[in-house]
Amino acid sequence: MGILEVKDVGKRFGGLQALGDVNLSVAQNSVHAIIGPNGAGKSTLLNCLVGKLIPDSGSVMFDGQSVLGRKPYEINQMGISRVFQTPEIFGDLTVLENMMIPCFARRDGSFRLHAFESVNREHDLVEKAEQMLIDVNMIDKRHMQTASMSRGDKRRLEMAMCLVQEPRLLLLDEPTAGMARADTNNTIDLLKEIKETRNITMAIIEHDMHVVFSLADRITVLAQGTPLVEDTPDKIKGHPKVREAYLGEAH
Amino acid sequence: MLGLNTKDTTLLIVVAVLALGAPFILNPFPEASSLAQFNAGYPDLMQRFAIFGIFAIGFNILFGLTGYLSFGHAAFLGVGSYSAVWMFKLLGMNVLPAIALSIIVAGLFALLIGYISLRRSGIYFSILTLAFAQMSFNLAYSVLTPITNGETGLQLTLSDPRIFGQSATSDGGIPVTNLLPGFEMRETFTWEIGPWLFQFNTGYYLCAAFLLLAFYLSVRIFRSPFGLMLRAVKSNQQRMHYTGLNTRPYTLAAFVISGMYAGLAGGLLASMDPLAGAERMQWTASGEVVLMTILGGAGTLIGPVLGAGFIKYFENIFSKINDSVLHGWFGFMPDGMENAIIFVSHFFVGKSWHLTLGLLFMLVVTFLPGGLVEGGQRIGRLFRRKPAKDPKSADMKPAE
Repeated sequence: MGILEVKDVGKRFGGLQALGDVNLSVAQNSVHAIIGPNGAGKSTLLNCLVGKLIPDSGSVMFDGQSVLGRKPYEINQMGISRVFQTPEIFGDLTVLENMMIPCFARRDGSFRLHAFESVNREHDLVEKAEQMLIDVNMIDKRHMQTASMSRGDKRRLEMAMCLVQEPRLLLLDEPTAGMARADTNNTIDLLKEIKETRNITMAIIEHDMHVVFSLADRITVLAQGTPLVEDTPDKIKGHPKVREAYLGEAH
Repeated sequence: MLGLNTKDTTLLIVVAVLALGAPFILNPFPEASSLAQFNAGYPDLMQRFAIFGIFAIGFNILFGLTGYLSFGHAAFLGVGSYSAVWMFKLLGMNVLPAIALSIIVAGLFALLIGYISLRRSGIYFSILTLAFAQMSFNLAYSVLTPITNGETGLQLTLSDPRIFGQSATSDGGIPVTNLLPGFEMRETFTWEIGPWLFQFNTGYYLCAAFLLLAFYLSVRIFRSPFGLMLRAVKSNQQRMHYTGLNTRPYTLAAFVISGMYAGLAGGLLASMDPLAGAERMQWTASGEVVLMTILGGAGTLIGPVLGAGFIKYFENIFSKINDSVLHGWFGFMPDGMENAIIFVSHFFVGKSWHLTLGLLFMLVVTFLPGGLVEGGQRIGRLFRRKPAKDPKSADMKPAE
């Protein structure tokens, strides 16, 4: 029984069957990659996990509880954090302020009217946030405005914001999409480091095979809304069905 | 001090000194001189500076922090005024219960309007608030006449019950608002020093005290985790949702708090002059507080107060410069030249002061998007002449 259990999930947009009977089980403390060609339904699947979309059929259980029908913030409070394809951070705030927000969300829940406390006096949380910035090598940028940072740094910060919440499941939506080679390698290194130093369950949606094969414990290949195969990276590499899906021999 | 860091404490002290010393600071010209008309240190105007300062500080908590542009905040000010006048009619002439009720009623009204309007964001939110405010205005103007006295406005009469006070004074007049019996709002102590004349008004000092309190609370909110969340709302709501935060209660709380500030301002207006009219709720009044906040610097602490003072100064001082005053100034010139200059300046002063304000507003928004505060910072930097050594520490506190 995995920490995330996806059963028979289907989603239809008008005449398009985006997902059809997807089954997926993500084991605790593993890195599970979901790959597939464009339009395979990877992002739709991810959106069904975080509350952005509600599937037409099937169930999504996280740690024994259904996530369906819950709002994104409720799902996050259950312990699922998400990294976006384009880094979503607070562009008007400094790096440290960006980090403080998930710290407060983790400690105080989805809403608290803490209008007469002072951010700077939350020494425990500031320390926690700074420790995380040290871990991702961004501590010297802590007073920088985030809007002016490079894509790689933004990604690093977004990752740190998710990690500081100590999520039980980290979802990554094409974390290296649109990145320069250097930033991509940077991000892979960071992800490897996270995998090695923290016992964290990750589900990665990815296009880039290089990223997937260097990180994943298990890989699910999705094509036209249904899982083709699920196996270890070594087995997937030579799998005829995977080649077919990617090279399009079916046509 | 008071849970603030050194920089904020300094700012608070500066505001306190300015507020308490306003009768001196705003009256720099001797009473008999021709420049005396630029003096702003008379009670009525000083009260307005403080009251609209409070209004703008509150508006800034919503607009400056969350970026939600409400175009209907005057409705809360109007509701506050009506509540206060009703307290004077029913209860008595003490201003404190009246102000308390103003804040409470405006807060509840803001809760209702905010709950509905905040289902949308951006321009749709602005339009919804505008619609609600105009509805309130029209209700107050016509349908709700029994409560608001329609277009005449709500006034005190000799037949009001005033159960804790008296319906009429012993000499048959309407009693005046007070803080304690005998401590009347309109009481003014005049102090002549040489050719100067300074006026110290009880009502003004009450307003100034509330301004300081309002300013202090706003500093606390800006520096609090709650304030950080509001800035996060402005920056990226998507990220907030996926960070486990429910944005709706945060924005609603900001809306209600700023509505209560508006209610306080309305209550104070009525305490200074116990009448309330529907025009206080009109959309032009809502627009004015938007102008004040942007002109002073939205999202900054001191900006809204500066903006409010600036606009109220223009409204009251520039509008007084009519053609005869201009003739007095330019009388030394040859007739043709004098008339030409007066013909041109005629468009910028007196009744046309709005034109000057509009031009100034355009200039500020175009060249100083951060408002007067940004202008002040730039001038400060010019004088310091230190080659921007610590941009980081400046970045650290974007909201000042």
